[in-house]
Amino acid sequence: MSAITDPDKGGFRPSMLLYDTRYRSMTIQIIALVGFLIAIGWLVSNTAQNLADLGKPLGFSFLWEPAGYDINQRLIEYNSQMTHARASLVGVLNTMLVALLGCITATVIGVLVGVMRLSKNWLVSRLMTIYIEGFRNVPVLLWILITMAIFIEVFPQPRDFRGEDAVASMSLFDSVALTNRGIYIPAPTWFAGSGAVIAVFLASIVGMVFFGKWARKRQEQTGQILPTFWIKLAIFFVPAILAYYILGKPIGLEYPELKGFNFKGGFYMRNSLIALWFALSLYTAAFIAETVRSGIQAVAKGQSEAAAALGLRQGRITSLVVLPQALRVIIPPMISQYLNLTKNSSLAIAVGYMDITGTLGGITLNQTGREMECLMILMAIYLAISLTISTVMNWYNDRVKLQER
Amino acid sequence: MTDFSYVRTEMLEERPAPTSQTGIVKWLRENLFSSVPNAILSIAALWAIYFTLSHLLPWVFQSSWTATSLKECRASIAAAHGEGTTGACWAVIRERYLQLIYGFYPADSYWRPNLAFIMMLVALAPVLFNSIPKKFMLFTALYPFIAFWLLWGGSIWLPISIVAGFVLGYVAMNIISKQMSELAGMIACAIVPILWFLFFAGSAADVMQNIIPISLESVESAKFGGFMLSILIGITGIAFSLPIGIVLALGRQSDLMIVKVICVGFIEFIRGVPLITLLFVASTLLNYFMPPGTNFDIILRVIIMVTLFASAYMAEVIRGGLAALPKGQYEGADSLGLDFWQATRLIIMPQALKISIPNIVSSFIGLFKDTTLVSIIGLLDPIGLSTNIRADQYWNGIIWELYGFIAVIFFIFCFAMSRYSMYLERKLQTGH
Repeated sequence: MSAITDPDKGGFRPSMLLYDTRYRSMTIQIIALVGFLIAIGWLVSNTAQNLADLGKPLGFSFLWEPAGYDINQRLIEYNSQMTHARASLVGVLNTMLVALLGCITATVIGVLVGVMRLSKNWLVSRLMTIYIEGFRNVPVLLWILITMAIFIEVFPQPRDFRGEDAVASMSLFDSVALTNRGIYIPAPTWFAGSGAVIAVFLASIVGMVFFGKWARKRQEQTGQILPTFWIKLAIFFVPAILAYYILGKPIGLEYPELKGFNFKGGFYMRNSLIALWFALSLYTAAFIAETVRSGIQAVAKGQSEAAAALGLRQGRITSLVVLPQALRVIIPPMISQYLNLTKNSSLAIAVGYMDITGTLGGITLNQTGREMECLMILMAIYLAISLTISTVMNWYNDRVKLQER
Repeated sequence: MTDFSYVRTEMLEERPAPTSQTGIVKWLRENLFSSVPNAILSIAALWAIYFTLSHLLPWVFQSSWTATSLKECRASIAAAHGEGTTGACWAVIRERYLQLIYGFYPADSYWRPNLAFIMMLVALAPVLFNSIPKKFMLFTALYPFIAFWLLWGGSIWLPISIVAGFVLGYVAMNIISKQMSELAGMIACAIVPILWFLFFAGSAADVMQNIIPISLESVESAKFGGFMLSILIGITGIAFSLPIGIVLALGRQSDLMIVKVICVGFIEFIRGVPLITLLFVASTLLNYFMPPGTNFDIILRVIIMVTLFASAYMAEVIRGGLAALPKGQYEGADSLGLDFWQATRLIIMPQALKISIPNIVSSFIGLFKDTTLVSIIGLLDPIGLSTNIRADQYWNGIIWELYGFIAVIFFIFCFAMSRYSMYLERKLQTGH
């Protein structure tokens, strides 16, 4: 006879910490935590020791000292007498500027190229394949340098615009100057009453959205389709233009003019900004094109055939049936492409564009010798930007995602 | 009845299809000119191709291969093809291609990186091809030490004594887990090599070097450069990131709260910051993290940071592989009574890694391209060298030839690897 004894409930033996699955995970976690904390503590104490030896204990007061260097591309007021913190802010805004411009352009080019890659036109689809493979397989740093070099070599110097028989001339009715130092475009100047025009413009955008909703409801109820695109276009432009002329042209344009050896006035986009923007856009667009292509190919063929059987035109099949479904596949990899573009914008330092890496991680770091603090802030800023982008895009992704049970 | 018949009784001769329906005309009509917008697109594309080639080809071929300076290049091109012709000065590549490949590595030792490269292909073979016996994995495991010795030179006994540490750890684990418990064996496996490295490895290497001196001329890291440096950083980064990535991926998937938080924190932190900031850490900060007085080599520091960077991405790739495994595999392993490590080692990982190989190759391509960033912190990778060559008074102002050459080499490497990963993806598809 065998007697079955209940497992002994009361007694806790130390060996149970290892051999009993109820406690083992706890043991492992505590060991991991202690090991992790010891490692962190070791690193921190080493760092503190080293920094103390060098006579520069951790501190962020250097941020409020005058920076003493100029930044040639800036969105907010800045001069060399302002603080390092202000210089960093200029850098952050510059990073965001190039990231935003880059994301928009990359999306437009990427979607176009991705669609054209699937075109039935043999020549076009091959050309797009060459573009995609060419850009994807060469380092982005090299593309940035090449774009910058092209910019400097191809466009004329500002002094070529001088004199009676100038070698170069301004484009677009003398409003835009393309020089190898950068591009000068007219900047808006605001007079009294310009606020009203902008208010009308914003109101017409709101009106456009409401009109879209109303037209949709009407279509669902009556089945009639209005030419929404043209009506929206009219709502977008007509009121603002009317207001502009009624109020007596309150918004003017300041044209760039050649003064001395350089252009003055207007809005100045430095060559490094444009080179970086183009290179990042073209590079990322190649990746986006691939995700767009695979997204479109992921939509089952039966979907577009069924839409055709219902009698929809090709354009409507694409916009109403294929793209909405493809979008769900496209968005998650697109998020990571936007993140990559933002992170790659840190290569601005190679062409001298003063983004956050160039200001805080470059000149401020070298001038103050505060490597620890500068890099900590730099990483924190990039982390914050990355997390913000991914949060926003994930929220959008959740909205368009197929609602599964 | 009449003899009329409305049914044809004899066959007609076969006629050739109309010209618009055959051969090149049909192909052109279907593929290039099927509709008006399509025709416009085709013509635009043809014009773009013509425009590019008509500028590029003369530049490429009306070139000079045998000059010693940019000035001489331009003069010889003008002499050969007429005044005002712009042509490529490939002479700079001819003169400097060894530098672009090896950096400032001593010329009489070029056989060492070459041999290391060939041995790397041999070491990779058992990983990439299933048909090779698994015994060759031993060579793969030893390869890092051989490559280290070949590239940096010095006494052979240093890498050997490091290998000896690992062997000692393995032996200690086997003996102690038989004598005592498996746990004690694991602990011994960790402690014995550390003791060996801290106290005996250096002196053992010195003693052996005195008894049997075998050494190669040592080469300092500052002389490393060119594509050799890119390949070195890329391969080392990806190879060391694989085990770390596996651990991180398992940690991210595990139910243990604290382990999971640490792993997720690490992965998201690394993926959230650009590589260049990590390289700044390598060039300025990494020495601060070590005990005072430590000062180690810049290439080693860069490799450490690149490895950490790559392992976060590798963890995500492997997590994708783990997530793609059907749940039945995990449950099957559990039902066989395997514990976590047995299940992971025997059932989960072999399949998850197999699924992830194409993505591992893509992340290697990404890392290989990213190695160019080391030029920003002053290492002489191909881009760093191109700046260096331009600083030479004879080659001042040469841009396109260098960038073009570097871009083409990168393209060949990366394109070949991406094709290989696509081939693998097709080959590994075991679905229906």
